[in-house]
Amino acid sequence: MTDSNNTMELVCPAGNLPSLKIAVNNGADAVYIGFKDDTNARHFAGLNFNDKRAQEGIAYAHQHGSKVFVAINTFPQPSGWKRWQDAVDHAAGLGVDALILADIGVMDYASERWPDLRLHLSVQGSATSQESIDFYHRHFNIQRAVVPRVLSLKQIKTVAENSPVPIEVFGFGSLCVMVEGRCLLSSYVTGQSPNTFGACSPASAVQWKETDRGLETRLNNVLIDCHAKDESAGYPTLCKGRFNVGQNTYHAIEEPTSLNTMALLPELQKAGVAAIKIEGRQRSPAYIDKVSKVWREALDACHQDPEHYQPQPAWLNALQEVSEGSQTTLGAYHRPWQ
Amino acid sequence: MQASTPKLSLGPILYYWDRDTIFDFYEQVAQSPVDIVYLGETVCSKRRIMKDDDWFEIASLLEAAGKEVIISTLTLIEAGSELSKLKSLCDNGKYALEANDMAAVNLLSDKQTFITGPAINIYNAGTLKFLAKHGLKRWVLPIELSKETLSDLQNELPENVETEIFFYGRLPLAFSARCFTARSHNLPKDDCQYRCLEDADGLLLKTREEDPFLVLNGIQTQSAKTCNLIADLDEIKKLGVDILRISPQSKATLDIINIIHACLHDNKSTQDAAEEIENLTPTGSCNGYWHGDAGMDSVKQHLSKNKAGLL
Repeated sequence: MTDSNNTMELVCPAGNLPSLKIAVNNGADAVYIGFKDDTNARHFAGLNFNDKRAQEGIAYAHQHGSKVFVAINTFPQPSGWKRWQDAVDHAAGLGVDALILADIGVMDYASERWPDLRLHLSVQGSATSQESIDFYHRHFNIQRAVVPRVLSLKQIKTVAENSPVPIEVFGFGSLCVMVEGRCLLSSYVTGQSPNTFGACSPASAVQWKETDRGLETRLNNVLIDCHAKDESAGYPTLCKGRFNVGQNTYHAIEEPTSLNTMALLPELQKAGVAAIKIEGRQRSPAYIDKVSKVWREALDACHQDPEHYQPQPAWLNALQEVSEGSQTTLGAYHRPWQ
Repeated sequence: MQASTPKLSLGPILYYWDRDTIFDFYEQVAQSPVDIVYLGETVCSKRRIMKDDDWFEIASLLEAAGKEVIISTLTLIEAGSELSKLKSLCDNGKYALEANDMAAVNLLSDKQTFITGPAINIYNAGTLKFLAKHGLKRWVLPIELSKETLSDLQNELPENVETEIFFYGRLPLAFSARCFTARSHNLPKDDCQYRCLEDADGLLLKTREEDPFLVLNGIQTQSAKTCNLIADLDEIKKLGVDILRISPQSKATLDIINIIHACLHDNKSTQDAAEEIENLTPTGSCNGYWHGDAGMDSVKQHLSKNKAGLL
């Protein structure tokens, strides 16, 4: 599926209507949103779209030539099944441009009930190879797959080349070091996971406490980190804490950094990647404003002249300011190994 | 649903042991009362001490001892080489497979019957029925799901599909492309020097208060606590669960098998079994997921009493 004239779409997050409008105004080709419940993987208090807001947002986006995707990308259990079914019907009724789904049962339902509705495989579907993407394409006719942030650039190229459908990759935002859809660390500690509840390390389980040792951050009483006075304390996402392994205390799983693949855009474009996704529906309209503007410029520059494309220092500085731990990384994309 | 006596299975070895240790281990397993044995490397494709033929040799040994043998596939399929190896395992022509990635499900479905491991997300009846239509013959309940969800799913279980649960062992909680064992030794993954060979039961990660929290096992992260559902055995039987999985550890796995087997077949009380198992379990046990709580929680049961109506 490679294409030398490939134009990569910019897919921006929106947790509310102001963010959606900002992303559209800044030239997002598509905006993705979720409903106000556990049917999506950013199920946070005060976030997401009710009926009226979703309608307004979709109308606004369509007037301005942008698409709207709805994420229904958590895994329903029998007791909640109807909520997911309703979410699918609801989104279809609103005239959205695509659903982003993860669960096989939900995909089966959506493809039977709404055969003309475009389906994307969510990153929560954990498809890390063309072979698994093929499963969802064969059975549910998905039109795009979002691939996990654990793949290296070389692997992305292979998947893009062999996948039956175009792929979307993460360009910027919080970094999951675990394969999405296959990480239960959060429910092990709190009872709620991205799969079941749509949140990782949920705020209701977080405790902050000033002690003689420093500022302790806990998740359901488990000490995730302890910050000295001169250290900035981040949100206690549990894989980003400091722990003891052997004699050492360190970020044993992952440093608190953000993913930034801006430097790789020409290669992603050449590989035939269909879209660059920005993470962060939970972030503020100010974040959406900054990030969507910078990425629009970068994608345009890359498309016009990929040979001479260079990320501008001003773009990188802008992204640095809104990055977790004020650091960015190429994540797994730069890995030289298989 | 009739209470029935579940079979016992031994899951794949999740750690990296040397070849002799693995052969010795399965020679003992062949003599044990376990009914089903899952074989193969499911965690890291760089672990190549055991060739496919070595696994098939062990499979023959176990079959000769009357065990049902299943070949388990890698949990995270990324590289082309991993995909090729997966294809050749799927085409082995003799043994059934446990799919641990959707790539394996795709290769097996509509061609042969298959089993899904705990990392395949079957969370609802829609998914279960869809996969059953395409060849699923047994599924392992995803480890974060509760008895309520299992009960709902058992009520809609398609015909000829067996249900297995992760009954005893450290919980495989997450998978990454990054190797945390290599990271702990300040080594890059591509030069990991196979350091996971040093930790027969993984590398213990503690909180800064020294509480055992997780276990690093290469690209896999496990719970430090061992999931142990012995106290919940009566409920499990009532739900018609077909198979109980025990996940291998370097020590006492055979003892654990014998104790659980005695509960199922020799009227051993679960109270006694729970005490014996607790003494053999390294950093505490948990059963929170089963009860719909945080996985690390430990919910006490009134052991060995009739729990009619509890569910």
